[in-house]
Amino acid sequence: MIDISDVSLTLGGSVILDQISLTLPKGGVTALVGPNGAGKSSLLSLIARLRPLQTGRITVDGHPIDTTPTRQLAKVMAILRQDPGVASRLRVAELVGFGRFPHSGGRLTAEDRRIVAETLERFDLTGLASRFIDTLSGGQRQRALVAMTFCQGTGTVLLDEPLNNLDMFHARELMRMLRKIADEHGKTVLVVLHDINHAAAHADRIVAMKDGRIAAAGDTASIIRPDLLEMVFGFPMQVETIAGRLTVLHHA
Amino acid sequence: MAEAAVLSGAASPARRLTLTAAVALLACAAYMTIGLRGDLALGLELRGLRLGAMICVGVAVAVSTVVFQTLTANRIVTPSIMGLDALYIFCQTALVFALTGLGFAGIDPRLQFFGNFFVMTGLALALFLPLLGRRLDLGLLLLTGVVLGLLFRSLSVLLARLFDPNDFAVLQGAVFASFSRTRPDLLLIAWLITAAGTVVAWRMRHVLDVVALGEEAAVGLGVSWRSVVAGLLALVAALVAAATALVGPMAFLGLLVASITDRVAGTGRHAVLLPAAALVAVVVLVGGQTVLQHGLGGEGTLAIVVEFIGGIIFLVMLFAGVRR
Repeated sequence: MIDISDVSLTLGGSVILDQISLTLPKGGVTALVGPNGAGKSSLLSLIARLRPLQTGRITVDGHPIDTTPTRQLAKVMAILRQDPGVASRLRVAELVGFGRFPHSGGRLTAEDRRIVAETLERFDLTGLASRFIDTLSGGQRQRALVAMTFCQGTGTVLLDEPLNNLDMFHARELMRMLRKIADEHGKTVLVVLHDINHAAAHADRIVAMKDGRIAAAGDTASIIRPDLLEMVFGFPMQVETIAGRLTVLHHA
Repeated sequence: MAEAAVLSGAASPARRLTLTAAVALLACAAYMTIGLRGDLALGLELRGLRLGAMICVGVAVAVSTVVFQTLTANRIVTPSIMGLDALYIFCQTALVFALTGLGFAGIDPRLQFFGNFFVMTGLALALFLPLLGRRLDLGLLLLTGVVLGLLFRSLSVLLARLFDPNDFAVLQGAVFASFSRTRPDLLLIAWLITAAGTVVAWRMRHVLDVVALGEEAAVGLGVSWRSVVAGLLALVAALVAAATALVGPMAFLGLLVASITDRVAGTGRHAVLLPAAALVAVVVLVGGQTVLQHGLGGEGTLAIVVEFIGGIIFLVMLFAGVRR
């Protein structure tokens, strides 16, 4: 569960986030959507304590993120930011193994090794385990990074635009993976998405942001509505049910 | 060929380390024994002292450069970019200027060692600690170091213009790294600092692995970024200061060692990188000195050769666009 109350962020005099209050229940996939500059990534950074909290209060599973030791927080939530330029001379298994760092301090125990092997298997990376990161394709790399984040074994997983640079196939695979993580392991997944249709297809809840504020939040079906989407994104778009799925026609 | 196997990329890290260690041992053995004549005890003692100095400086420079490059996520910066070498040269220049060459030569070497060590560590910390109070921006930090280095270098040049030519010769002797004027008591102190720093770096090898992933990933994995980075920078400063105070500035040695280590180690794990870099440094310094002394008949110009080769590698890396 993520609890945000009265959080504001000001950078260089301009207001990035304005009095945000939001409660996300435990479990399920929540998509954070909104136009560029709405403050999605900033909010995610604040929750993940990558940025110091200026005002307000954020707790993750009851841990206040500004006073809890960072090592302890790393056992509660994991964060994957947009393209962390990972050092190249690492093998996939080593990278995924870093996910166990908060638990073992880098010296992998037998238990850690078991978890790493399981994670590699789950993310279909076993065959790539001994490959160097810089020999992977963009999609494989992203998968390895998500695997590392998952390997951290936290109840909450935050992802910042994980679909960037992924083709249709890999984007879909990743979203289904997140869905599975939430369904089978009861994890709370909060993911920043740009493609509203991925949100519509895979998320339980959608939080829409605009101009540093929460514009709307609720069940997916209650957010994927023409009037709401026009208010958030600033142009009219059609919403149709195609083959039983809510689909936003925003392309043309 | 051992070296060929090391470079081929097939061997495991443990095997590569063993091979590098073997080459390093061979270099040390060769240095100690080749052309040994006359009073064996005295010869071995003299060589042992210089060997000790080379290993100490090699390990200090290697460890500090690896840690520094991990912190800055950059493969072409070395700690000397923080202006430490320039500060060392400026201190010596100012001393010669104030005391004249004769007075400079009369300073107690221990006093000089500690003076240099603390001034350099002090500058590095004075540079970092205020920046740590705010959000640490490594780019800003490096830029500050470069500008300060330029300032000290210009001041040194200015003072040197006002010198007596004899004093200038004394200064030249002092600011070129030399392993031949090492004193046992200073070597012991430098060894203690280097050993302590190396132990700390080794104990933090797993943290260094995570730090190499970058600030956000490291914080996400539970590293207290600011305190860890501050501690590691202080460690780098102390190691560089100890090595420089012992033998003088070796700006490009770190770069030379780090770029060879990159190829030899074949992994980004610090459990391999740290020992590999230390061994490579020993091979470069001790092996280089042996070849220079016995192969080419030269004496005491190793520092210049290392700087020459290191400088060329620096330019090649710059032109090849190796930024990581």
